[in-house]
Amino acid sequence: MNAKTADKIATAVIIAVAAFIVLLLIGLLGYILVRGLGHISFDFLTSAPETIRAGGGIGPQLFNSLFLLVLTMLITIPLGLGAGIYMSEYAPVNRVTAFIRLVVEVLSSFPSIVVGLFGLLIFVNLFEFGFSLFSGALALTVFNLPLMVRITEQGLRSVPQAQKEASLALGLTKWKTITSVMLPIAIPVILTGTILAAGRVFGEAAALLFTAGMSSPRLDFSDWNPLHDVSPLNPFRPAETLAVHIWKINSEGLAPDAPEIAAGASAVLILTVLLFNLVARWLGRYMYRKFTAIK
Amino acid sequence: MDEIGLSVKNLSVYYSDRPAVKNVSLDFAAKQVTALIGPSGCGKSTFLRSLNRMNDLIPTSKVTGEIWIKEDDINSPSTDVVSLRQKIGMVWQRPNPFHKSIYENIAFGPRYHGVKNKKQLDQIVEESLTRAALWDETKDRLHHSALTLSGGQQQRLCIARSIAVQPDIILMDEPASALDPVSTAKIEELIGELKQDYCIIIVTHNMYQAARVSQKTAFFLLGELVEYDATDKMFTNPQKAETSDYISGRFG
Repeated sequence: MNAKTADKIATAVIIAVAAFIVLLLIGLLGYILVRGLGHISFDFLTSAPETIRAGGGIGPQLFNSLFLLVLTMLITIPLGLGAGIYMSEYAPVNRVTAFIRLVVEVLSSFPSIVVGLFGLLIFVNLFEFGFSLFSGALALTVFNLPLMVRITEQGLRSVPQAQKEASLALGLTKWKTITSVMLPIAIPVILTGTILAAGRVFGEAAALLFTAGMSSPRLDFSDWNPLHDVSPLNPFRPAETLAVHIWKINSEGLAPDAPEIAAGASAVLILTVLLFNLVARWLGRYMYRKFTAIK
Repeated sequence: MDEIGLSVKNLSVYYSDRPAVKNVSLDFAAKQVTALIGPSGCGKSTFLRSLNRMNDLIPTSKVTGEIWIKEDDINSPSTDVVSLRQKIGMVWQRPNPFHKSIYENIAFGPRYHGVKNKKQLDQIVEESLTRAALWDETKDRLHHSALTLSGGQQQRLCIARSIAVQPDIILMDEPASALDPVSTAKIEELIGELKQDYCIIIVTHNMYQAARVSQKTAFFLLGELVEYDATDKMFTNPQKAETSDYISGRFG
């Protein structure tokens, strides 16, 4: 077989593999959307679920997912930015920091069910936060944080050394250089990464089963005082998220329309994650243009 | 003897114990241009970067010796590196404007150093750009991104940026080697004007450039200072054989 034939065969094989993957993805997405889209309505998105009767919605679960996401990001972003800035700009190159880097890598590849059990033992039981949004947010932080640290570190490392030197040569401090020169350049990268990480948090179920809980108390959407038990904003109430809800009604749902609800909820979940991805791309491009190109 | 802008005594630079600059002593005159020439790897850029403590950024580097500006040894550990760098501007081989507007590129430094008044800042921006011969080309688009300028304009912007914080000394590391001949001529003309106010130290690969812009020239070879003299003397009647060989193009 000569080189040209080998080249043609290799090209054909690679195209076939790529086409197979694309078809698989389209099939999967299409299946979920076709099954679920018909079930999505304003009523479905806003009303409370029913246990035994048909016609329940996913309102509280959708709200819980979004609220939990906000809580998690409130904890993750400052910690992750801080640690990422340290790792990229301040940490000396030695064995200790190499070890920290290794730990971060290992942490990011932890199975989420293990993180969930860890959360149950530490946050729920030991610290007595109970099954709550707060416990769930902390558990999600555990495996979102390494991602955030790495994203920040990579973002800052992608800033040209010449930019950093130019700022320092003007007599600016290191901190001012980081915040005024480096972060604006790194932010598109960091932002895109953060939103993608948020998408992962949004779809997470296993880590939440034992931390945020599998039930949602009756919520009063007219009471926005975070200290009230029935308030949706209370971070110390149990909260079943959308992903957990899908898992629950699929495995133990009693309502006659449980399969349809699961299908509808799955479609909502997929669409939201898709939306995160699109927003991340758009926002990343927008920020990049804003900081670099013609206004 | 002319007024001294910067005085270097027994300066050595090591990269993880490998010497890059060996025991160099040099006095730089204020309000003059001094060129540092020599073949690649001779240590001239490393030497330049140690004058504003930029080598501090490289963890494996070590700089010994003394660098005196007036009464201060800036290479001593107690020196406030941040305020020192305000006194010593730097321009790099590749133009590196901030990813900000033209206006912000200039105003950024002075604002940080305490100029908050908008009118005053406007004035600094205009003055600095005028001195860098860039005002006429940019006055109508001050708030456009600096990255929309051409390479030569970007380099003049970087020079304007460094003079905006009122340094005494400007270090230039091959400031024209990434530019076309027309832009190079503009930069050289600019250097000629700036020397009325600043002590300028310029590293260059281009011997004609050294001859055109500088009053004094230092020739480096393998990390050592071989010869240091007035530029016209150095190019017409060098004292050392190595200098003569390098200038006449026999190596390097």
